[in-house]
Amino acid sequence: MARLATTADVFNAVAEPQRRQILTLLAGGERSVNEIVEALVLKQPQVSKHLRVLKQVGLVRVRGAGQQRLYQLNGAGLKPMHDWVGTFEHFWHESFDRLDEYLQEVQKKEKHDVGKE
Amino acid sequence: MSAKNSATTMTLPSEREIVMTRIFNAPRELVFKAYTDPEVIPQWWGLRSATTTVDKMDVRPGGVWRFVQQDTQGNEFAFNGEYREIVPPERLVNTFEFEGMPGHIIVDTAIFEAQPNGTTRLTVTSRFASLEDREGMLQSGMEGGANETWDRLAEYLAQGA
Repeated sequence: MARLATTADVFNAVAEPQRRQILTLLAGGERSVNEIVEALVLKQPQVSKHLRVLKQVGLVRVRGAGQQRLYQLNGAGLKPMHDWVGTFEHFWHESFDRLDEYLQEVQKKEKHDVGKE
Repeated sequence: MSAKNSATTMTLPSEREIVMTRIFNAPRELVFKAYTDPEVIPQWWGLRSATTTVDKMDVRPGGVWRFVQQDTQGNEFAFNGEYREIVPPERLVNTFEFEGMPGHIIVDTAIFEAQPNGTTRLTVTSRFASLEDREGMLQSGMEGGANETWDRLAEYLAQGA
């Protein structure tokens, strides 16, 4: 879990609902800005701003096609988030396994102590 | 998850939430104590490969906690938060922040339920807050029908892996 810039990381990028809508749309294939504007009923400057953020953190890629610029989802950009969720999961699975062991141990000891009295 | 201990389930029920559930073969008073006793925390909290030290643990509303995990190479990973609600032996609400990723504050709500057979069901809901909420506030009024779920996001995550 490396330290991430808090102003422009993947976590912040996907924290914004409209940006998640854009990612969901792009999961279905590449789109132009206008296609995104139409599909999501958003304003064009807003969409452009969101795409800039998503591009900056590596969640989308852009390519020129004639007059158009087409945006596509870059799944690999979500790796930091995937890693973090994985670490989170691992951390708690292991903690709860240890808690379970501790609880068994302490109850065994209690029984033992009661038996001695 | 190992086959022996696949007892913890993790679900992503909504945007910004992770829920973990585990049944412990112990009365809930004991499970609650393990959660709130500074002497017990080092015995279970955190990764097995690291040593946990309780730096601060003031279990009362507004009280601060700070735990430090040190791995075998001597690297330290610190976590901190604040207790918000303490209802023994039922409920514990606290914030959680990994100091290596400051600003990403999670609110953890732990519910301890006594089961008829003497076991305890622990349900921990981690809700992601802070920067997300702040951004959410800035964007409010524009959000409208945002209804993407973490499940959908999890699909991307799987693709990206």
